[in-house]
Amino acid sequence: MDYFRDLLISGLTKGSIYALIALGYTMVYGIIALINFAHGEIYMIGAFTALIASMVLSQLGMAGWGLLLAVGAVAVVYAAMYGWTVEKIAYKPLRQASRLAPLISAIGMSIFLQNYVQLVQTPNFLTFPDLIPEISFLEPISHIVNKTQLAIWIITALIMVVLTCLIKFTRMGMAMRAVAQDKDMARLTGVNIDRVISTTFVMGSSLAAVGGLLIGCYMQQIDFYIGFLAGMKAFTAAVLGGIGSIPGAVLGALVLGFAESFAAGYLSSDYEDVVAFVLLIVILIVRPGGLLGSSQTQKV
Amino acid sequence: MPRDFTTGINWGREFKSSFAAALWMCLLTCPMVAFKINAAENTIDYRWNYLIYVAAGTFILSGVWRFMLARRDYIRQSKAEAEFEGPAPDAPRGPAKTWVDVVMSSKYRNQGIGVGLLVLASLPLWASPYTINILITALIYISLGLGLNIVVGVSGLLNLGYVAFYAIGAYTYALLNHYFGLGFWVCLPLGALASTLMGLMLGFPVLRLRGDYLAIVTLGFGEIVRLVLVNMGDITMGPRGISNISPPSLFGLDLNKVVKPVLLEWVPTMSPNLDLNKAFLFFIMMAVVIITIVVVFRLENSRLGRAWLAMREDEIACQAMGIDRTRAKLTAFALGATWAGLAGVVFAAQVTFINPTSFTFMQSVMILSIVVLGGMGSIPGVIIGALVLILLPEYLRAFSDYRMLIFGALMVLMMVFRPGGLIQSVRETYVYKPLEGGAGGEAKK
Amino acid sequence: MTENVMNNPASIIETQDVSMIFGGLVALDEVNFRVEKGSITALIGPNGAGKTTFFNCLTGIYTPTRGRILFKAPQPEGGDQVVPLRGLSPDKVTTLGVARTFQNIRLFNNLTVLENVLIGCHCRMKAGLWGALFRDKNTMAEENAMAEYSYQLLEKYGLSRAVNDLAKNLPYGDQRRLEIVRALATRPSLLLLDEPAAGLNINETRELKDLIHLIRDRENLSILLIEHDMSLVMSISEKVYVMEYGRVIAQGGPLEIKNDPAVIKAYLGEE
Repeated sequence: MDYFRDLLISGLTKGSIYALIALGYTMVYGIIALINFAHGEIYMIGAFTALIASMVLSQLGMAGWGLLLAVGAVAVVYAAMYGWTVEKIAYKPLRQASRLAPLISAIGMSIFLQNYVQLVQTPNFLTFPDLIPEISFLEPISHIVNKTQLAIWIITALIMVVLTCLIKFTRMGMAMRAVAQDKDMARLTGVNIDRVISTTFVMGSSLAAVGGLLIGCYMQQIDFYIGFLAGMKAFTAAVLGGIGSIPGAVLGALVLGFAESFAAGYLSSDYEDVVAFVLLIVILIVRPGGLLGSSQTQKV
Repeated sequence: MPRDFTTGINWGREFKSSFAAALWMCLLTCPMVAFKINAAENTIDYRWNYLIYVAAGTFILSGVWRFMLARRDYIRQSKAEAEFEGPAPDAPRGPAKTWVDVVMSSKYRNQGIGVGLLVLASLPLWASPYTINILITALIYISLGLGLNIVVGVSGLLNLGYVAFYAIGAYTYALLNHYFGLGFWVCLPLGALASTLMGLMLGFPVLRLRGDYLAIVTLGFGEIVRLVLVNMGDITMGPRGISNISPPSLFGLDLNKVVKPVLLEWVPTMSPNLDLNKAFLFFIMMAVVIITIVVVFRLENSRLGRAWLAMREDEIACQAMGIDRTRAKLTAFALGATWAGLAGVVFAAQVTFINPTSFTFMQSVMILSIVVLGGMGSIPGVIIGALVLILLPEYLRAFSDYRMLIFGALMVLMMVFRPGGLIQSVRETYVYKPLEGGAGGEAKK
Repeated sequence: MTENVMNNPASIIETQDVSMIFGGLVALDEVNFRVEKGSITALIGPNGAGKTTFFNCLTGIYTPTRGRILFKAPQPEGGDQVVPLRGLSPDKVTTLGVARTFQNIRLFNNLTVLENVLIGCHCRMKAGLWGALFRDKNTMAEENAMAEYSYQLLEKYGLSRAVNDLAKNLPYGDQRRLEIVRALATRPSLLLLDEPAAGLNINETRELKDLIHLIRDRENLSILLIEHDMSLVMSISEKVYVMEYGRVIAQGGPLEIKNDPAVIKAYLGEE
């Protein structure tokens, strides 16, 4: 039973991180139907920026919750800036192009960013400091749930709530939903499409940066390549849940997190990654629209 | 043409824009570039001077970038205007010709191709073994690109896991050779067959998925195949891979021992380091590529190929024309897989050592880039795309640290400035030739 | 289950109590409908009445929830046989001899005009993978014959000067025309036209009228069209069906329909 519980906990933790990244994929896809391959790299850049910020700021004497918040803020702002710039350079000039062109451009951007970080920083693994301060009330159950896991759950849950509110209740959220429905119609009713798309990238990138910071704290090491597999898994999660759907992305990410965790626990850790993709194929065959996606009939 | 959009340049504004871009990039890259983590001492090395390079570089590139974008949009717009006004009365009808068409339709086409082939065929006699090896790789990628072109370019099915079929071909040969001692020539069709079967097996359930879903499922399939190869260590040797795969044999002759001394005596220009097995493989691969070109060309201009094109253009209308969509998709998918399988067998014979790292998602991306950068659906485009993408990184070795960086940037730039690829596909034209007696004849160009 | 018998032996297609329900929405409600062999029949009705849904049921894009669709398919050895269409895929329906055009033109834009028509010939050709690869005598003969046939078809309907143009570069009116020619290339015995006059000006509509007559007479087939242009409908169709909210509310000759109170109500509303 303890073993099962541990697997459940690690599945939830993994799923939460996947969810943070998957949201960026699903939001961008919902709005411009693009698989943003560079999104995983934004997550990686978020992790690197967090590491650099933590080193600089702790030299300046910061510590504890203040340090965590400051590092988080720097990582989020920088990842958002990268997301915004990537969109301006690699996707915006391609609005009118065929469906494959932005995809290839995204892949190119992903390769570029990976190599950029590898060149200006290092190709090796870096140790990531433990930024999350001790949580005292957790002491009695710390052998079950450690502080990092708890922090990941709470932060992810908070972000989900905030994001949902943003999309449901703000003007920008409404504009985003309108653009997702029908770009031309939204433009005619006075929505500034470019702004909406930029905002989507900024929001998605910020979430990915939080994910990068948290995975750093959790795994305690990062390298320039972490974005690739995480990005692929997160995209799988987004498709699993029904791409374009925000609750779908979260659900898909959690399902994926649990599936991987249990596969690693009960089958063999070698097949942890295979499970994600087998699950994806099976679910898409059974429910072609994803778990929460609608399988709309094409209009003739 | 450029005169019209360069006249209105507001230098002050352009200067400001470039300056703003430079500032932005400085700010953006500041933590990553200026603060280098020193892992050994767990400190930060500051490199503020790098920011100056970033600023200067961005300032210039930003200007070039905006100039190129303006030029692109200007050309596009004037084309659209020309179309709006309708073609000039004496304008040639039909699709525009690229230089490839000009070459291909010239009088000396056959002689040209012949000379080209002869030069290629004589390469092993004077080129370095290194060149031959790279050329074999390039040829393998040409046939991979042409195979994927059937799936993506012609049929419009986005396949991001193409490398899986390549891996299946390579491992079929490697395993059969390792465990049963089967030779290259037996395994060539077997590898192709194994890939075809896998293509059919994957194709049956997943081909009814819509475009992007198909892309992600094939991506997943590619990863599954690779991970299975890594983890089935008992059979596939896992990440260590399989070594000592036999090179192709020629009627059982050992080329390096028997034929090479004779050749060396007769051809003084030939490099003594040349591995004749490689040279033989080069010829085999040339034959494979030529066959591939013929096959793809014939398919494209056949009933089946037109069904694929129709499917790419509009699935609903394609069905309304009486085309069995599932069957058309399945044949395209399986045929693409067959070619990957063939290329895989040759690859295993070329490197004589394979392990799963040769078959990662990046390889799929590479092959897809060949198709898209070269020009979707265009045979010469794919060939040139493969040559550029394989040879460019080889010759960029001087900048070896930067080559993948440059490569990524080039992919973005190509898509922004030439999204149709280097050579856009041109449809076959038909000429109407009336025959005697009122009966008509229809001939291709 | 009764056997597949048409209520009227002169029909080429008949639907018997066809209903289509999407979720809870009844898009078609027990539609009984027939097209007389060799006739031009029109289907009219306000937007959203279910006309295109009905077309999609006939051509196999949707499978009706209930009811039967019977079609008199010509047999290769001559004569014809009544076949139920419900549940067949669109390509099978086309192969049996029902061709269609689309409300919003669906040409193969990046292919040439001739290729568009050649694709229409697909279901009347036999060549498979081997034929394509080895280009044997039969394949080449078939290929040439079909190219020839397509060319003549284009010539007959006034598009031969554009054979090598890309379909997307044709003027709008010619695109509509090409879509009809492409449908003819499947050698149908029933041609379904979904709003063929949409977006055409008065002259082009007049030309279209002639074209439809010409096709019916020359190609010896039956035509069913959905149309909003009343003058076109009234002047060319022999029988008109009126649909509203998924039901057939009136049927008869053009004159009868014009004066039918139910139709007037559907179009103009009540006092």
